[in-house]
Amino acid sequence: MCQVGEDYGGPGPAELQPKLPWPGCEQKCMKCKEGLPVLIIRAGDAFCKDCFKAYYIHKFRAMLGKNRLIFPGEKVLLAWSGGPSSSSMIWQVQEGLSRESAKRLRFVPGIIYIDEGAVCGQSPEDRTKTMAEMEQVLQTVGFPYHLVSLEEVFNLPTSVLQPISQGPRGSENTYKEAVDGFIQQQQQQQQQQQQQQRLQEEGDKEVFLCDEQIQEKLRELSTQDHGAQETPVSNSLPRAAHTVALMNLFSSVKTLTAKEELLQILRAHLILHVARTQGYSKVMLGDSCTRLAIKLMTNLALGRGAFLAWDTGFSDDRHGDVTMLRPMRDYTLKEIAFYNRMFGVPSVFTPAIDTKAPDKASIHRLMESFILKLQAQYPSTISTVYRTSEKLVKAPRNGEATAGPVPSRCLLCVCALDIDSADSATAFGAQTAEHLSQKPLLAPELPAGAPGRPCCCSRTEGQQGCCQVIRLPSERKEPRASFIEQLCYSCRVNMKDLPFLEPLPPYLLMESQCRRQRAWVKQEIQEFLFEESEEQTKDEICQD
Amino acid sequence: LSGKLCCWVEGERGGAELLFDGVKKHQVTLPSQDEPWDVRNLLIWIRKNLLKERPELFIQGDSVRPGILVLINDADWELQGELDYQLQDQDSILFISTLHGG
Repeated sequence: MCQVGEDYGGPGPAELQPKLPWPGCEQKCMKCKEGLPVLIIRAGDAFCKDCFKAYYIHKFRAMLGKNRLIFPGEKVLLAWSGGPSSSSMIWQVQEGLSRESAKRLRFVPGIIYIDEGAVCGQSPEDRTKTMAEMEQVLQTVGFPYHLVSLEEVFNLPTSVLQPISQGPRGSENTYKEAVDGFIQQQQQQQQQQQQQQRLQEEGDKEVFLCDEQIQEKLRELSTQDHGAQETPVSNSLPRAAHTVALMNLFSSVKTLTAKEELLQILRAHLILHVARTQGYSKVMLGDSCTRLAIKLMTNLALGRGAFLAWDTGFSDDRHGDVTMLRPMRDYTLKEIAFYNRMFGVPSVFTPAIDTKAPDKASIHRLMESFILKLQAQYPSTISTVYRTSEKLVKAPRNGEATAGPVPSRCLLCVCALDIDSADSATAFGAQTAEHLSQKPLLAPELPAGAPGRPCCCSRTEGQQGCCQVIRLPSERKEPRASFIEQLCYSCRVNMKDLPFLEPLPPYLLMESQCRRQRAWVKQEIQEFLFEESEEQTKDEICQD
Repeated sequence: LSGKLCCWVEGERGGAELLFDGVKKHQVTLPSQDEPWDVRNLLIWIRKNLLKERPELFIQGDSVRPGILVLINDADWELQGELDYQLQDQDSILFISTLHGG
């Protein structure tokens, strides 16, 4: 790796770049040995246009085929930002669905676009324009889609913060069975369709529609209806009050690093909510290999080392019922940019929260320019970091493998908490505890049922009376302290840059209150319990 | 080589485009000079004549900022000698930013 620089000892990054034996025109495509090469993928591998296309398409299918996580007929939500990677992902899915039967992808896609214009400095006019542009692209794609504005986080229920456990599924056999079953079902449908066509020709199809076909028709109708309902809602801009609230929230965050993290968290919650309510059990994210290498290093710097496998791996099952997948993780951004350019994949540019920001504006920015600069000098940098991310293994979570207590999760990123409150060896834990105990009461108690902060009773089922319980006299901890205590290390650090909790969307505050309540009740009744019944009580409390 | 050169300079997706004053495609006429026009010279010219703000987000050192791809006539510039490529009349030079936020 270091030899590259030594060969070209001169100063300056340009001299350090690896140069090929370059009489450009004489070089041929390394694959077919005939075509004129148009790009270099890794050092020395020049591809012609046709070979590159085949290579690119194969990679996507291979990634899905290797992991065998998407079951036939499953609803998959494609998270689209308008950017090159996620656009390319959608086109790969479309390509896969248009194939001949044997090689066809068998899942049912839908697309979600989240309009983050409010926090990225777009005017309402710009946002309307962007939305129109997005819709135009989405209509050419032809999948059902959901246009959601980030302001919707103010309407989220607290349930997005709770992982929903699902029985183990997806062993080799069940996958094969599912595929076989699906193919059989498809064949039956085809036969039915043929039958139906014949009947149509005879002119009396309606009489002979069998039950299944009627069901099928109904399903078709209902999806159409759904699309029709979705569109008018999405066209209108979100309520102005929410836009103001969102802008207040982000302007109260002191650093760009914390803003980016907060944006990622809110975006993830919103995607999860849409996936759950619309019945998608998988979500595809467009993270490329380049992005993931940068993310891995960034997250290490942010103190998220414990969650790297979830944050950067192919699949992320932290939410339980909805799994996040990263099928683009094998592509470098260079490959993606070239493919999109060559094969006319449309992408829509929208300014991001860090557009035009200088190199050192945030940890994310700094890490990006660090990795890319290193990559320019040592072309294997990104692939080395990326391959490290592939080797990370998710540690079995306490309570999943064993029948122990349900592990508490970070309120924001929903990862299993990596902070042991009893462990004084965690320097940070000690530091925050001290820091918080000295702090005067910053955030006043949330007025339950106040406008804009609906009472939790009206929102969450089965948690009746928690608003009354809140005013218990022996409540010792102030809200901010207990809010912070419900976070993982990294989120705690980030929340230091958020001086007030009030601007946060209500679902976060309500869930925090409920968790505090539960912990308090648990503590109160602890002494009245026999040891044996401890487990049972915990369960009861959790169900509360 | 003397005489004027006519080239298309294009910035795609965000960053490059935003820095070029929101204009995506520029037709530029390069003045005649004694030494031939190569990409190295073109970048210096762009920095002087086209970049409206924060040139450091586009050019670093004597090359483009890492993360910005360069396509010469729709092919990877790494195949064509990068900074040493000699511009021909009617060449198209495209810059694609792969950086976050453009």
